[in-house]
Amino acid sequence: MAVQVEEKLNAFRLKKLLCGAILSLPLLSSAPSAAEEQIYVPYFTYRTGPFSAQGSYVADGLRDYMEMLNERDGGIGGVKILVDECETAYDTKKGIECYEAVKGKQPVVISPWTTGTALAIVPRAAVDKIPVLSMAHGLSASADGNVFPWIFNPPNTYWDGLAMIIRYIGDQEGGLESLKGKRIGYLYLDGGFGKEPIPLLEELSKSIGFDLKQYPVAPQEMQNQAAQWLGIRRDRPDYIVLFGWGAMNPTALKEASRAGFPADKIVSIWWPSEDDARSVGEAGKGFKVLNWHGVGSDFPAIQDIDRLLVETGKSNATKEKLGAVLYNRGVYNSVLVAESIRNAQQLTGKKVISPEDMRRGIETLNITAERWKEIGLEGFAGPIQLSCSDHNGHRSAFIQQWDGEKWVRSSDDIEPMPDLVMPLISAAAKEYAERNTGWPQRTEPCDNP
Amino acid sequence: MFYREAGQFQTNYVSDAAIFPLREDRIGLGAIILGAYCLAFLGNDFLLQAVLIPFLVFSLAAIGLNILTGYTGLLSLGTGAFMGVGAYACYKLTTLFPGVNIVVWILASGFFSAAVGVLFGLPSLRIKGFYLAVATLAAQFFLQWCFIRIPWLVNYNVSGAIETPLRTLFGIPIVGATATPQARYLVVLTIVVALTWFASNLVHGRIGRTWIAVRDMDLAAELMGIRLLQTKLLAFAVSSFYCGVAGALLVFLWYGSAENDVFDINQSFFILFMVIIGGLGSLIGSFFGAALIYIIPIALSFGLPLILSPFGISIGADTIEHLRFMIVGGLIIFFLIVEPHGLARLWQIAKQKLRVWPYPY
Repeated sequence: MAVQVEEKLNAFRLKKLLCGAILSLPLLSSAPSAAEEQIYVPYFTYRTGPFSAQGSYVADGLRDYMEMLNERDGGIGGVKILVDECETAYDTKKGIECYEAVKGKQPVVISPWTTGTALAIVPRAAVDKIPVLSMAHGLSASADGNVFPWIFNPPNTYWDGLAMIIRYIGDQEGGLESLKGKRIGYLYLDGGFGKEPIPLLEELSKSIGFDLKQYPVAPQEMQNQAAQWLGIRRDRPDYIVLFGWGAMNPTALKEASRAGFPADKIVSIWWPSEDDARSVGEAGKGFKVLNWHGVGSDFPAIQDIDRLLVETGKSNATKEKLGAVLYNRGVYNSVLVAESIRNAQQLTGKKVISPEDMRRGIETLNITAERWKEIGLEGFAGPIQLSCSDHNGHRSAFIQQWDGEKWVRSSDDIEPMPDLVMPLISAAAKEYAERNTGWPQRTEPCDNP
Repeated sequence: MFYREAGQFQTNYVSDAAIFPLREDRIGLGAIILGAYCLAFLGNDFLLQAVLIPFLVFSLAAIGLNILTGYTGLLSLGTGAFMGVGAYACYKLTTLFPGVNIVVWILASGFFSAAVGVLFGLPSLRIKGFYLAVATLAAQFFLQWCFIRIPWLVNYNVSGAIETPLRTLFGIPIVGATATPQARYLVVLTIVVALTWFASNLVHGRIGRTWIAVRDMDLAAELMGIRLLQTKLLAFAVSSFYCGVAGALLVFLWYGSAENDVFDINQSFFILFMVIIGGLGSLIGSFFGAALIYIIPIALSFGLPLILSPFGISIGADTIEHLRFMIVGGLIIFFLIVEPHGLARLWQIAKQKLRVWPYPY
């Protein structure tokens, strides 16, 4: 009797199991990513549109480093990385479309690469619980991790960049005090990106005592700066600080040579590329640009990209493009992502990490000089460490100068002015949270205070 | 067979002058609106947030431009700027008076846009065609200059962008990051349906007839006793009102934040293309145009890889983007060759054919 009951029960269990298996089949097939064990990393790129000349370098760098890890090491921590590009054409509309398109696929991190898109997704990231890595662009205030737990912008903000430029100019003149009475022109793209440093610039002009002249360039007038340069000819500034992007940079160099303004007195934030300087010929010689990472392809990791991807035709980039300043910037971004994934895997013990794990991974990111060497990028960039409150690092940068052929490093590391920048950042973060009523308090636990 | 008017008699003038005299049309429209509301609960976040909300916003802006260009015959290139006025006005209003419901401010911001529109519409009495287009182009550049140069408009925000604070309707967040796509979509849909209904009544009534008379021949219209300045300015006001509301919806219920370049000249062209492809002087054409210009590229970016992957062809994101441009450009040329009066005319022909089917004569 008991045996019979037992048999019946077993049969019932078997049936139940079968039913369950059949019912769950469609569910399984609809989620192949879970079965294949992949980590999904989408990049918002712009290989088309007005900024494509810069965007394709960045996009190649971003993709190639990740694909190289897939080819060489089989991914990160034994898990393949599914790299996906979404084309934004530097258009906020398409950036938001991309964000909505990738949101549902468990992206561990989003790199928006346009200030407009970054601004639009900053508030959403906290709600959707997706980390955003807007490397050295986007909202400077998001360096404050206590207010923006989901946003990261290492290794430095535009405010850090400006502080370093002013400090460099000061060094050229024999100390910051010698800037008193000098005239500094600020030539900038009249959008969020160029406007951001103005409050700091005005403060510095007051505290140091230099005379500040501003020359805004409207985005649709990037290639026509005649009016601004007329003003520069009249005001005769001693230096020009350049915050440009796209066609604005070569145009500024051309206009400078026409106005007889020496190129080595123009100091730019980190966006100009080889093409910007090369296209103006002799006039670009001596042009100075801030940068925080190595240029050229003489790094083992970039050699690996060459060997595994470029030579086998798996990369969009050609041998000549490898190691260009914006290509390497893409690589730097991907190193941050890859190291954060590895970090998150070690932290949680999981192979396939979630966006929340990734957030903790970035927050505890610590790339030492030894680690840079281990990943085949010795001397590529300075060590960087993030924490819960500091999502930026405020790392130093250096000046590189265009010698007519290539970028040459021409200064030591320049430290930003944290005592000046930090209060501005916390004030801006506080103001942002107040302006956006209903901004959530940070509830995310902290691994690295 | 299913779509015929046999047996439906008009027995009074009111029913004869109805916008939808056919029972089938009324049922169809009801079904479409019902379906649109159902989509809020059936569609996923991507469909609602990245496809339908922008589609409705652009449709509303296209209706606005259609009133001016399609019904009154006044060419305008300032649509983007008028949308911007709505967005910035709404931002100022809701930050100055946070207690008032956001829907009120979205609609009220349209009046600010209308006032600015009237101001820039003043030259329309003396000039028309390309001359007027250049005058509205001036509005585009002047207003965008204001958005950049007047920090008061963005509450002295350092980055010059407007960011949307949290706002609720009946206790449910509809503006701000915590608002769900469903809630946003329902609000946008309701506003667009209501304003489309209003526009439909406007263009089919006395005011619409004066607009059409001015469009077809302004001298004749004047001789008939239509006062040109008032009629044209009213067209500018109503058109800018719609564009302003669309701009406010764009920033508050779709983007979440916006820089001034959202409202640049490209935005104006974008809306103008929608109106031309959809059909000048047609409300439904505004929806068709928005669908073709906005939704088809998105559909292509999903569809192309699906079509090509069985053949072993994998294409990059940038190639898809180029193909999008080529295919949409080709489609625009194709539709304009096949039917110069836009998609709305095609729709009309199709309906006419259905009415006489299966016995064409």
